[in-house]
Amino acid sequence: MKVGLFIPCYVDQFYPKVAVATLELLEKLGCEVVFPLNQTCCGQPMANSGFASLSEGCDKNFIANFGEVDYVVSPSGSCVLHVKEHLHDQNETKASYIRRNIYELTEFIVDVLKVENMVANFPHKVGMHISCHGQRGLNLSSMSELSAPSFSKPAYLLNMVKGLQLSLPKRVDECCGFGGTFCVFEEAVSVKMGKDRITEHAINEVEYITGVDVSCLMHLEGILKRQGSSVKTIHIAEILNTH
Amino acid sequence: MNSREKILGAISINKPSLIELPVIDIKSTSSLSVDWVDEFIKTLESIGGKVVQLSSIDLIKLEIQEAKLRGEYIVNTLPVLGEVNNEINPTMEASLLESIDRAYIEGSIGVAENGSVWLYENQIKNRLLPFICQHLVICLNINKIVPNMHEAYQQVDVAKEGYGVFLAGPSKTADIEQSLVIGAHGARSLLVYLIS
Amino acid sequence: MNPKNFNRLFFVPIQGAGLSHSAAAEIFNKDEERTDWHDETLWFVREKRDKAVKQISEWEQLRTLGSDIKDHTLSNLDIYLAEFEKNAQANGIKIHWAIDAEEHNEIILGIIREQKVQQVVKSKSMLTEECHLNDYLAQRGIDVIDTDLGERIVQFRNEPPSHIVLPAIHLKKQDVSETFHEHLGTEKGNNDPQYLTEAARQHLRDKFIKSQLAITGVNFAIASTGGFVVCTNEGNADMGAHAAKIHVASMGIEKIIPKVEHLGVFLRLLARSATGQPITTYSSHFHQPRVGQQMHIIIVDNGRTKQLGRPDFRSSLKCIRCAACFNTCPVYRRSGGHSYHTAVAGPIGSILNPNLDMKANADLPFASTLCGSCSNVCPVKIDIHVQLYKWRQVLVAEGFTTGGKKVAMKGMAFVLSHPSIYRISGKIGRWIMRVFPFIFNNKSFNPWYKQREMPEAPEQSFRDWYKKNKK
Repeated sequence: MKVGLFIPCYVDQFYPKVAVATLELLEKLGCEVVFPLNQTCCGQPMANSGFASLSEGCDKNFIANFGEVDYVVSPSGSCVLHVKEHLHDQNETKASYIRRNIYELTEFIVDVLKVENMVANFPHKVGMHISCHGQRGLNLSSMSELSAPSFSKPAYLLNMVKGLQLSLPKRVDECCGFGGTFCVFEEAVSVKMGKDRITEHAINEVEYITGVDVSCLMHLEGILKRQGSSVKTIHIAEILNTH
Repeated sequence: MNSREKILGAISINKPSLIELPVIDIKSTSSLSVDWVDEFIKTLESIGGKVVQLSSIDLIKLEIQEAKLRGEYIVNTLPVLGEVNNEINPTMEASLLESIDRAYIEGSIGVAENGSVWLYENQIKNRLLPFICQHLVICLNINKIVPNMHEAYQQVDVAKEGYGVFLAGPSKTADIEQSLVIGAHGARSLLVYLIS
Repeated sequence: MNPKNFNRLFFVPIQGAGLSHSAAAEIFNKDEERTDWHDETLWFVREKRDKAVKQISEWEQLRTLGSDIKDHTLSNLDIYLAEFEKNAQANGIKIHWAIDAEEHNEIILGIIREQKVQQVVKSKSMLTEECHLNDYLAQRGIDVIDTDLGERIVQFRNEPPSHIVLPAIHLKKQDVSETFHEHLGTEKGNNDPQYLTEAARQHLRDKFIKSQLAITGVNFAIASTGGFVVCTNEGNADMGAHAAKIHVASMGIEKIIPKVEHLGVFLRLLARSATGQPITTYSSHFHQPRVGQQMHIIIVDNGRTKQLGRPDFRSSLKCIRCAACFNTCPVYRRSGGHSYHTAVAGPIGSILNPNLDMKANADLPFASTLCGSCSNVCPVKIDIHVQLYKWRQVLVAEGFTTGGKKVAMKGMAFVLSHPSIYRISGKIGRWIMRVFPFIFNNKSFNPWYKQREMPEAPEQSFRDWYKKNKK
């Protein structure tokens, strides 16, 4: 099984450790992983700002890089959702192939690899931030608004980690306020939303806040650091890759 | 071209091609075991109404007599409860109705899922009556309770008369800081007598 | 770059008069304690909604039905409106058609003048807010008394409602107490909601009794019977309509439903979604004027037919105005209804208002993180967050964006489309720092850095690591 690792631009630049953990984890789970070196970005920053018309170059480049693998996997629910919903090309066959075969990391591990136990060890109190695009867009977990059975792919995996004590905030799936360029165009509300998520995790006395999207964690980390908090953010791949 | 023609013309150009009307196929099988009378009482009490089950209407008659003796303006619209207040007619003005302390009205059906009772215009005599009286009492046959709104709309003919209302509990508001206050503009209390 | 220019380039969307959503929201957030209170008060309503809908095992089926019935109705809207008109006329109701807000207001003024009406009461109608009816009539010497408690409060304060179901939700009981002390002579400092509501009851009873004309909204208009349904908890619509000799009901063209049986679906959905009640206290069905009364219905377009012609946005017309999307929206709860500077605020307002005026409302589709909670609570399954995304594309295509944003986005797109340039940019320095407006570690220039630390730039990118370790 050949997996193309898609590392979003800001993860490549700011959080290489998340990318390394994702790569190592997938290899540990028996995948042949390639990282196409000419990849850049899914185009979401432009599209969410209203400039989807400018993302054609990104789309072309994405298809050129990922057209030849069995699966595309990424440690970012948001970017995966964007590709799933918006990747198009004159060559629609390839674009639709990628749209069908791109997975966020935890859904790939649960749904495709069907992993039933993990060797990871992380003896800490961890709060889970449920990222909206992964949850409501990719259906990674049940949603508090709907009357439907409850489930969570990320929590299913975290519950296999030795020593890890998982908690959820009171409002289980409220948005953290990152929202792409929302985080700068609506700075006041964005920060307030992030602070409120942090407050609820703090009530649970967590040591770490984890999630499936680096972008949400980057936003929460920025606030935590400014507050001088001892709570740290960590991507779920980094936890699952411990031993 | 007048506005009517302009609007209807714009719609016919801009509307999508016809989408089929769905069939309402709600099955209440999951709740077949529920006692609808209990459900009705529980729901209505949760929204501020009071429910009393009676096997005889004598108690209501007595209650009306006593209130009248105390000098309260009681309006009775049910002949079975004794003298009917014939002064209440469809054109009676608000300024005259305003002094009514308590009104007794017959309800058509009760709806278990939401505690509401359907009132036809001929049951309320004047459209203002259930709203303008300070306290409202509805008498309802206990056999007239249906599980949900789908069944309710099968039982009542909403277009039969000029006006009708599903009334559920006393008038209320939460417009000040979401604090629930009973008695906004309509009746301050609702008592439903379920009569078997 | 001086901060003023920088802000102009990046952070202030093009907008008509007044503050943009982001600027108003920033002011709203200055009082953090009050923001918390506002957020928690509305979250409480969302929780009540959750509790209520989870008691209905067929809830998701009901939502699907509600959505499908509305889709069908919109696809046959002209036929149903004509059917409604015919049946309503046969019931003795006078039907008027208004192409826009101006015509709607003129029709009401015409009725008022023709009948020599002095006293007008109005129950809650978001359509009359959209048409700015009160201002229009006030300018012509006619005072309209709003009778919904929340609306009366904001009317005394000369403010617009901040929420379509809870008009005064932005106010604390202390604020209401002060307002009532000033206008109704209640005790100074008595903040008890029970006491304040009683004062309003007494004050408004007098208005109901004296009024000659009552204006109400319409929740549902039934094509097959020519009747309409109005839902309230307070009983104010009924008090007004049954006391006055003239009843005028204003409705948007999208309020039509085909048959009576469809009310069963919508009345089950509406109150549970709005406040978590199983049904509103009063669901009043009007079919004919009472003896000696005149009943008018004004059917209003005001941009709706245009929205119907936008395939991506027409489903916004399915809205039944429950405001569930307001209560769940983390942005609405932390910015308040007035930040949206329109009659209908919140997520649904942000997809309805650009249709009415793209320039003035170009900021609204951006007042969202696209988290999707709004679409999940919507009782008629409007894909609100998808439409927010789509409006962004339309607004940019139509030129309602700033030059700075465009330059930045073009620069970003260019780099991201060219892997070789992307790699070089990465080497020179973290290029994102230069393309995104995260640029300076300076609180007054960089909105990221104002209340957040920058991410630490690592020694090497993942790409560099990969080349060293895996290639």
